[in-house]
Amino acid sequence: MDPIALYIHWPFCLAKCPYCDFNSHVRDAIPQARFARALRRELAWEAARIGRRRLTSIFFGGGTPSLMAPETVAALIDDATTLFAADPAMEVTLEANPTSVERGRFAAYRAAGVNRVSIGVQSLDDADLRRLGRQHDAAAAIAALEAGRAIFPRLSFDLIYARPGQTPSAWAAELDRALALAADHLSLYQLTIEPGTAFEAEARGGRLVLPAGDAAAALYTATGEAAARHGLAAYEVSNYARPGSESRHNLTYWRYGDYLGIGPGAHGRMRRDDGAIHAVRRHRAPEPWATLVETQGHGTREDAPLPPDDAAREALLMGLRLAEGIDTAAFAARTGVAFADATDPAMLRAAAEEGYLDCDPAAGRVRATDEGRLRLDALLAAIAR
Amino acid sequence: MTDTPLAQIRNFSIIAHIDHGKSTLADRLIQTTGALSDREMTNQVLDNMELERERGITIKAQTVRLSYRAKDGLTYVLNLMDTPGHVDFAYEVSRSLAACEGSLLVVDASQGVEAQTLANVYQAIDANHEIVPVLNKIDLPAADVPKVKQQIEDVIGLDTSDAVEISAKTGLNIEGVLEALVTRLPPPTGDADAPLKALLVDSWYDPYLGVIILVRVKDGRLRRGQKIRMMAQGSVHTVEQVGVFAPKLTPVDDLGPGEMGYITAAIKTVADCNVGDTLTEDRHPASEPLPGFKPSVPVVWCGLYPVDADDFEKLRDSLGKLRLNDASFHYEAETSAALGFGFRCGFLGLLHLEIIQERLSREFDLDLIATAPSVVYRLHKTNGEMMELHNPADMPDGSVIDRIEEPWIKATILVPDDYLGSVLTLCSERRGQQVDLTYVGNRAMAVYRLPLNEVVFDFYDRLKSVSRGYASFDYTMDGYADGDLVRISILVNHEPVDALSFIAHRAAADNRGRAICAKLKDLIPRQLFKIAIQAAIGGRVIARETIGALSKDVTAKCYGGDISRKRKLLEKQKEGKKRMRQFGRVEIPQSAFLAALKMDA
Repeated sequence: MDPIALYIHWPFCLAKCPYCDFNSHVRDAIPQARFARALRRELAWEAARIGRRRLTSIFFGGGTPSLMAPETVAALIDDATTLFAADPAMEVTLEANPTSVERGRFAAYRAAGVNRVSIGVQSLDDADLRRLGRQHDAAAAIAALEAGRAIFPRLSFDLIYARPGQTPSAWAAELDRALALAADHLSLYQLTIEPGTAFEAEARGGRLVLPAGDAAAALYTATGEAAARHGLAAYEVSNYARPGSESRHNLTYWRYGDYLGIGPGAHGRMRRDDGAIHAVRRHRAPEPWATLVETQGHGTREDAPLPPDDAAREALLMGLRLAEGIDTAAFAARTGVAFADATDPAMLRAAAEEGYLDCDPAAGRVRATDEGRLRLDALLAAIAR
Repeated sequence: MTDTPLAQIRNFSIIAHIDHGKSTLADRLIQTTGALSDREMTNQVLDNMELERERGITIKAQTVRLSYRAKDGLTYVLNLMDTPGHVDFAYEVSRSLAACEGSLLVVDASQGVEAQTLANVYQAIDANHEIVPVLNKIDLPAADVPKVKQQIEDVIGLDTSDAVEISAKTGLNIEGVLEALVTRLPPPTGDADAPLKALLVDSWYDPYLGVIILVRVKDGRLRRGQKIRMMAQGSVHTVEQVGVFAPKLTPVDDLGPGEMGYITAAIKTVADCNVGDTLTEDRHPASEPLPGFKPSVPVVWCGLYPVDADDFEKLRDSLGKLRLNDASFHYEAETSAALGFGFRCGFLGLLHLEIIQERLSREFDLDLIATAPSVVYRLHKTNGEMMELHNPADMPDGSVIDRIEEPWIKATILVPDDYLGSVLTLCSERRGQQVDLTYVGNRAMAVYRLPLNEVVFDFYDRLKSVSRGYASFDYTMDGYADGDLVRISILVNHEPVDALSFIAHRAAADNRGRAICAKLKDLIPRQLFKIAIQAAIGGRVIARETIGALSKDVTAKCYGGDISRKRKLLEKQKEGKKRMRQFGRVEIPQSAFLAALKMDA
């Protein structure tokens, strides 16, 4: 059987950021013990179903997983490595916010088995951090990065750009400072207005205007060029890494491998015993999810085989986000649909002519070029069947 | 009931420009003669349709029978025939006028004579009407009675020494109008014992009674139960009901010579009732029909498409229902690659087009898009054949065309001196040929021959704007003439968009081609591939625009949890593409074409 990646969702945050549409919730007191028990129980329940497969990565995401008690992280890592066959090079990532309290727990997380930290820096400008609703300032971010680099073998951090009022030159300067601090990996996200967020309400009211069109494209291109100057290659639309330091866990998503999602609102893609890839989804609301786990062992809301055409669309839309593109043989083996049947040949040709796609039939690989990835959503709509 | 002696009948119509007070005067006449109680009076009784009332225009002919005890002590029957005032309905107007012996010419004493007044008054003169000038709105501070009287004498040549000065609004001197009708208009003539001869003036559909026919009896008597024959149509019907408009439908036993009224005869659609036809008795037919009857011919055509493709059947039903009541409008199904399924519709003129479109959206709640209006061209092919062309998309290849004729109109424009220069410039830009230029007081009256093609393309709007709304305009059809005409195709990525092609004079082709390309450039959203928009005559490109590829369109974050949402989004995008029209590599949303056409209108 194929190896799996494990995602564990911790749904709590100290505050809701105005741009965030993730499944995150603010509570007066986080029910640590209850959620630790429930996460472990759901993990055990799934492991019993899918068997002792090879485990290549664990990712603690959220929410803010750096609000988890380090003992919980340790217990979950122990459970996972017992229930599954841990790969010797297993990557264990934890997302962390750079507040001083969270920074203080870094060593304990490392001791629990976390070997990669991903820090939500978002900006190095204090005014913008406040605008983004963050709980830290730039100095705290830099302190967290330094601590993270000292404690963890691998470190990544996130920045958000194309912020309201941000000029291209201001972003270039900020990015240069960030790249000087960077370890092996960066996630650089262009600010997106997501439905249901506070920013969406502001944008609708005209109080928030983001760069669009040519301006947005110029920022994106400049970002990639700056990262490249510092030796970080754009291996995915918004992710940059030194060669070999790509996020192994996230590559599983983009390569459309099997992944198991544990915790409220967590998603999974998993080949089940019936041979089909199943789409699995847990109950989104934290407490009802925990209640479900307590009564039936798991908080699953959906677990259904994906029709091959759907799986093929997913593999296509994920795979073309990667600079490496799609291995067409692996695509067919994974989804049961030949790449040629999942796409429109005339549009593939047109996209290749326009310089959006590299199609190398001999090598069995199709990849979106830099220009293609810049317009990937439109490109997918054009080529997908 | 209708044994009124001919000498005590007067049949008349009212001629006026829009807003000069025709409907208000009619209301006053009805009120003063007591045909309706005050409670029953609604403003503008005769304009039944919501649209008629709102726009102050009359679309269908209407009639009302008034009873008036005159100063000579006798009681007269006054039949008021309210006619459509617009040139689009010129033929209906002429038939209505043929049913009367005289007209009231109503002129706003503060505005003076307008273009439309002229067109109609000439028709009344042609119909040998006795015309009584009526100066309305004399109560307004801006009223200038002597000046307007002088205008009427100068422009129309009518003696205004006996003109009736009134205010329909306040009811001032309505009696004077009634007396003038009795004393100055001739009574009708006719022979009650001769074979039946009645003029079919108009007809309309009533959901309860079926088709109602408005008639004017010339000779003989029209009775319930009578078998009548329509002399041009050749069909025979049994009269079920005979009546008069009081103004409500009021059944009577029969209608004698000189009378106006209605009949019903189990007729299903107005298409079976040709305006101008003669009704006679089937068993004792008249030897000769009354003069004149010609079928109405559409002069302006356009495509009508539902914005929502699902409304196609509803549009078909609605057009059918409208045609029940308006045989002058034509429709046939057509399909457009860009707009989907719709109908090619023919109208008597631009106002008619507008009215039908508006009724469809109002009465039938349809959201419609109209292609640019086209006139009817006569294509003479090299093989000697002639074909009529009313859809530019149907134009054959240039090599088989010998010459093209286009319809011309004779337009009368009245405009204050200050704006005359701009109006003349506009007319000459539109290939106008000046026929006459005279002055009516401080206003100029320009008579031009213009190609109708140039008028259907935003002429009204331009005229309005260059004259700040002070110009009045009317026209009559004025034959066909050869024109140096070309079909301009609009191409998106080198493929023609049928709904946007149009015919124009060669000299105007470049400008109009450039304008529509520029418009489309603004309307079509950027896409993955760049889009070439071209205007071409045959194989020769006369204008082009390029829409660059969109610069950035990618979801920033996409991880394990986003995948279902992203896939559904992709599926929705693919679904949306079904509503688009593929041009090579790009898909253009139908909404862009709709917007282009909307801006054109």
